[in-house]
Amino acid sequence: MKILVPVKRVVDYNVKVRVKSDGTGVDIANVKMSMNPFDEIAVEEAVRLKEKGAATEVIAVSCGVQQCQETLRTAMAIGADRAILVQCDDELQPLAVAKLLKALVDKEQPGLVILGKQAIDDDCNQTGQMLAALADLPQATFASKVEVADGHASVTREVDGGLETLKVKLPAVVTTDLRLNEPRYVTLPNIMKAKKKQMDVLKPADLGVDVKSHLRTLKVSEPPKRGAGVKVPDVAALVAKLKTEAKVI
Amino acid sequence: MAEINALVIAEHDNAGVRPATLNTITAAKQLGGAVTVLIAGSGSSGAAGAAAAIDGVAKVLHADAEIFAHGLAENVAAQVLALASGYSHFLFAATASGKNISPRVAAKLDVGQISDITKVISPDTFERPIYAGNAIATVQSLDALKVITVRTTGFDPAPATGGSATIEAVQAVGDSGKAQFVGAEIAKNDRPELTSAKIIVSGGRALGSSDKFNEVLTPLADKLGAALGASRAAVDAGYAPNDWQVGQTGKIVAPQLYVAIGISGAIQHLAGMKDSKVIVAINKDEEAPIFSVADYGLVQDLFSAVPELVKSL
Repeated sequence: MKILVPVKRVVDYNVKVRVKSDGTGVDIANVKMSMNPFDEIAVEEAVRLKEKGAATEVIAVSCGVQQCQETLRTAMAIGADRAILVQCDDELQPLAVAKLLKALVDKEQPGLVILGKQAIDDDCNQTGQMLAALADLPQATFASKVEVADGHASVTREVDGGLETLKVKLPAVVTTDLRLNEPRYVTLPNIMKAKKKQMDVLKPADLGVDVKSHLRTLKVSEPPKRGAGVKVPDVAALVAKLKTEAKVI
Repeated sequence: MAEINALVIAEHDNAGVRPATLNTITAAKQLGGAVTVLIAGSGSSGAAGAAAAIDGVAKVLHADAEIFAHGLAENVAAQVLALASGYSHFLFAATASGKNISPRVAAKLDVGQISDITKVISPDTFERPIYAGNAIATVQSLDALKVITVRTTGFDPAPATGGSATIEAVQAVGDSGKAQFVGAEIAKNDRPELTSAKIIVSGGRALGSSDKFNEVLTPLADKLGAALGASRAAVDAGYAPNDWQVGQTGKIVAPQLYVAIGISGAIQHLAGMKDSKVIVAINKDEEAPIFSVADYGLVQDLFSAVPELVKSL
């Protein structure tokens, strides 16, 4: 069974982004870019499934600019066997990415697609579910545990109030939550090995996909600032403030 | 512009509607057209009745079948699509359930989804946070149909009473047959739900252990009738369950009162609670970033401050 793992190149999670003064977006010139953390968890999970013998090949995919090749090399350093870049310089929104991935699912016929539940830049939380709908596959989102056996995946999901477990027929789409696993550190030998692994580069047109935008960003602004309040000297003063000033208790 | 006709896909437990649905209905009302609510459930006439009583709801569509018992995305999305004709806007709460289902509907309708809206500017233009709330984007949908998830903290709940909508039973779709519910572990307690609680008591890594977390925070939460939350650090350390996590990758909350105890205030935590009306921080480190957003800060060891606070309430 092949596992397809889509990964996104995003601003590193440690970078505090700045809104551009002209309101056209956030300033990502010269900031550190990394693999979306949820996608890193997805790569790790796919590689673990391969190591357990549940999968035979892990294929990492990224849709975006040429520099996404670095992200794909990272995926291969974690243990993906090969990579596909769908290169496109235009902004790609989740529906467009889902259509590109659907075309790759048709081509590669994976038994499982594992990807992050959301990207930490646009915070959309859409691509996995959209892919599942377009490819007419079952989905198990926000996974905290994945087991594959007998043509099915048993997936424990993080839902409001606790956990639930679903059994989905393969092929299926799984999206990862934060605590599915802790991705391994990539080692230098594995980084070197990843450089020699196969990377195919395609264009959206090669897959026959129209990647037009469905949303237009009119403006990006700073969120309203919340000012610091006062320090209170002791518990009694705190209780008094809450009762008489804030009137919340 | 084409007529505005909103369909709100309700989140419910079959007996009644969940609070998040009320906030979603408020967002739907702001679009300016009629609001219809879909209840897809199993043995869900209680939820349909509750939806019909919500202020501002014109009609309730009620699809009742065993296949909706566990809210499987494949089946609920298929039901929405079967009823889609005639509606211009499809709104879901941006909860685990809503986020799971809505992109399936958007993809099948071949439209982009507008996730996590916090403000309706016009029927096609919305505000939504990006980069974990570090920036706010104003986005315009270029599609005729809009599929939207609503961040509940951005909208007041619609009054649960005052409406008298008609309830129309609709034909349920068939089972997708591809996904099966196996089981759930939902924590049972008498506390309010984290995302709709008026008061939240939230603990961080400084609590030191799961036992201490409960021993110190539970009496305070009991006294205040509060929900319990936690920082990512506390959840990562195993002091609190995953679904208590408040922050960028956890729950987004905006209660009347948020009491942050032993929480340093990492950006990712602030992203989840900075819209709370009143924030109290108790931390012995006076340099902790949490104090930069707190209305009332108390620099004191939590192990002495919290019991003292419980006693004086």
